[in-house]
Amino acid sequence: MIYNFPFIAAVILIGLGVYACMFKRNLIKIVIGISLIESGVNLFLITLGYRKGVAPIYTNAPSGASMVLPTPQALTLTSIVIGVATTALMLSFVMTIYKHYKTLDARKARRLKG
Amino acid sequence: MNFLILHAPILIIAIPLLAAFATLLISKISPKLRNIFVITVLSFVLFLVLLLAHQVYTSGMQVYVLGSNQTTVATPSGYSIPVRIMLTVDGASIFMAIITAIVSLVGAIYSLSFMKKYSGLDKYYTLLLLMSVGMFGMEFTGDMFNLFVFLEILSISSCALVAFWTHKGEPSEAAFKYMVLSCIGALFVLFATALFYGQYNALNIAMIASRMKYSLLDKIALGLLVAVFAMKCGAVPMHMWTPDAYSKAPAPITAMLVVASQASLYALFRGVFTLYNVTLNCLTVGWIIIILGVLSMFIGVTMALPQHDVKRLMAYHAISQTGYMLLGIGVGLAVLGDTNALNSYGLMAMKGGLFHIINHAMYKGLLFLTAGAIFYVTGTRDLNKMGGLAHKMPLTAIFFMIGALSIAGMPPFNGFASKIMIYESVYKFNPVLSILAMVVSILTLASFVKVFHSAFMGPQLPEYKNVKEVPKSMLIGMGILSFMIILFGVFPDIVVNTIVAPAANALVNQGSYITKILGGA
Repeated sequence: MIYNFPFIAAVILIGLGVYACMFKRNLIKIVIGISLIESGVNLFLITLGYRKGVAPIYTNAPSGASMVLPTPQALTLTSIVIGVATTALMLSFVMTIYKHYKTLDARKARRLKG
Repeated sequence: MNFLILHAPILIIAIPLLAAFATLLISKISPKLRNIFVITVLSFVLFLVLLLAHQVYTSGMQVYVLGSNQTTVATPSGYSIPVRIMLTVDGASIFMAIITAIVSLVGAIYSLSFMKKYSGLDKYYTLLLLMSVGMFGMEFTGDMFNLFVFLEILSISSCALVAFWTHKGEPSEAAFKYMVLSCIGALFVLFATALFYGQYNALNIAMIASRMKYSLLDKIALGLLVAVFAMKCGAVPMHMWTPDAYSKAPAPITAMLVVASQASLYALFRGVFTLYNVTLNCLTVGWIIIILGVLSMFIGVTMALPQHDVKRLMAYHAISQTGYMLLGIGVGLAVLGDTNALNSYGLMAMKGGLFHIINHAMYKGLLFLTAGAIFYVTGTRDLNKMGGLAHKMPLTAIFFMIGALSIAGMPPFNGFASKIMIYESVYKFNPVLSILAMVVSILTLASFVKVFHSAFMGPQLPEYKNVKEVPKSMLIGMGILSFMIILFGVFPDIVVNTIVAPAANALVNQGSYITKILGGA
């Protein structure tokens, strides 16, 4: 049971993020929601590295030592770097929207319709 | 030359990537040099793509393994599984790469005059090159994680380009909408990748495909992948970003966005056909894709009819045309398990759908470029404020007419060639779908007659007395696409046999894809 906690935490984080994206009106909160989803997915990836067996690239493994799969960590690092770029870009869009619309409310910042 | 052919897959991705950042430095020296540099790079990439295409069509699928001294051997000695990052170029990948290379080059040529009066062009061309990197990467990648990475590169660069005109608020609003959706979508692709990794200990597409068990987790991953890529290509229940992003981006970027959404379409097909293939319940998933397609066709065109912003109208037509591709491929998928049906009409439907992808990229690109030309001379996108432009801009009017007749499926243009393939084969599967597709085509024609009439026909308006034909580089860009449209329309069977049929076969034959990478085992 205790080993399933990280998976549950990942799902809760993703769920909270999706909730924030769908129901929050403030544009910055939407960006925060996306960051939450990203953290949840990263946590899920990292958790996948902890399992039984020998790490594949470690050929001279001392017997009995516990190891973590390296691949998910490499994936997570890449994903974090990409996440920084997307968050920065989204926040800069929010800035431009605020400059022109004078509001961060998603209900009021709506000029594109139809 | 052999060196170029051997390393073409990585060079096609690496050259625009390095050139993108070199562009910033070169534009410090002179803007003119930068323009020449960007055009040269994209032409060279097109040349490499054609070289690689020749190689793929003569000697089959190409595999390129990164970080190995034998770049074509998928599993180096001592390993039974592919451990390195690899690029796989088969018929379907190279087919999409040809489209990407042509439209990127045309977009860059068109931008030379269209974007001339704006500042910040060094960043514009950097992002344009990065966008083509993202598309090529998505098309060539052989593993799921790099699919995510290139998807994000594509999203970031295309969203930044949608919001290029920051002096107004609307482009940023459209870009924010697109970015939020792409970001959530890409993260769910990563989540699906993690589900595969957790079960099969592999990221390589061929490796996952060979171990595919179609468990509950695989079904969840399939749902995520189909939903995300259908959203990214603008299929109807998830189409809300498309009209905004397409109408607010600069015209050459809109033409490239069409191809960007087709790269997502390719990823959808790659996922469904290569990852799952016959393990999944073909009929159910096929019908889901068919329904997505029919909804996109019908709702797209009905939403287009009342629009009076010319680019918004065309964006809704882009959604509607995406429906045709989904319909064709969906029929192919629905009969995938049934060899007789697949050979009698399924493969034909897939060829029609794939042929429609390249045709759509050409005529929709051309239409968006003509819309850009109208915007360039009149400064408005509102159809009610235009009129009589054919007097002053005869060439643009002719280009528009070629594009409009092609999208409506009139012979001898290319839209007719692919639509007739879809109608014929889908009719054998289910006549109702085929009739719906024809009705949509008629509505498309009606809508474009309206646009042509209100923009180009009628008496000359006093406010447009002094307009001139658009500059040469824009005419060259539109001319290349018009030439391709007529070429494809006049010789459809040559195009279908040389480039479309290998793409359809590559998608259907999952076995040969896996064998090429994992060896005979």
